[in-house]
Amino acid sequence: MKRLLFLLPLALFAVLAGYFYVGLQRDPAEIPSVLIDKPVPAFELPPVAGVAKPGLSSATLKGDVALVNVFASWCPPCRVEHPLLVRLSRESDVPIYGLNYKDKAEDAKRWLGELGNPYRAIGWDFENRVAIDFGVYGAPETFVVDRKGTIRYRHVGAITPDVLERTLLPLVQKLRAES
Amino acid sequence: MRFVLALLAVLAASPALAVLPQEMLADPALEARARAISQELRCLVCQNQPIDDSNAPLAADLRRLVRERLVAGDSDEAVMRYVVQRYGDYVLLKPPVREDTYVLWYGPFIILALALAGAAVYVRRRRPDDAQPGVPLTADEEARLSALVDRKDAP
Repeated sequence: MKRLLFLLPLALFAVLAGYFYVGLQRDPAEIPSVLIDKPVPAFELPPVAGVAKPGLSSATLKGDVALVNVFASWCPPCRVEHPLLVRLSRESDVPIYGLNYKDKAEDAKRWLGELGNPYRAIGWDFENRVAIDFGVYGAPETFVVDRKGTIRYRHVGAITPDVLERTLLPLVQKLRAES
Repeated sequence: MRFVLALLAVLAASPALAVLPQEMLADPALEARARAISQELRCLVCQNQPIDDSNAPLAADLRRLVRERLVAGDSDEAVMRYVVQRYGDYVLLKPPVREDTYVLWYGPFIILALALAGAAVYVRRRRPDDAQPGVPLTADEEARLSALVDRKDAP
């Protein structure tokens, strides 16, 4: 018993080291969403003026597993991930919806004209009302919504080919098989 | 006198505000509540800064939201809950005391108590050793001791 007491500091150190090992590998800028497994907030957004796509509402997001991509023309990482979304929209049938975040309509229009439009519908959220309801704290963010309109996953930051192939698409397949 | 005035001026000066004049509410009581709430909410962009101090656009949007909720008649708690429902407990600069945060709040005191208990046990164990009356010297040892003492006294 007394011997074991001497091991106590070592045990405490091991616990602390464990915490640091996990904690220091996390990105403190990545805040977990509290909306996972909750229904998408009720909303209705107008289309981006001048873009030939309808606006976005919570009703649009029911029926099929979908990606909701928060983007803005002023956001450099959005530009980085955009070609991937364009390619995904051409090569697969996964619906991608856009949430245009705090953007001027003419800027968004020009940006989409330049880089291509992968979105089936785009909600124009100039005033950051709906994005706050989604708990968005920066662009880009991408939500995976299941058939029932429940948020199942959020990716913060630009989508990389790795994130797309290893996380988002497998999740979409899984959710499609679910019901 | 001039010194006193200068001192007063320095003390009265408030730090620069991130809250823009057009954001403020006309009702001073509501505005004061909005300011108090904004002090408690963390800005998600410039983390660890309250939204009240932050110049980030998202902080400005949240300040506007807080004021809108207050004008709509929400209580302070309802406004906090509204923001927490969207951004999670993370936005609270002061974490709530709940079952899953007991370790956070009380852990340090428990560790302190353990340390004090350990120290008390250690101290208590040592003391009897020191206080034990020594075994009296044998006649032989007594003789050797006085011989040594005598030698030391000699030049």
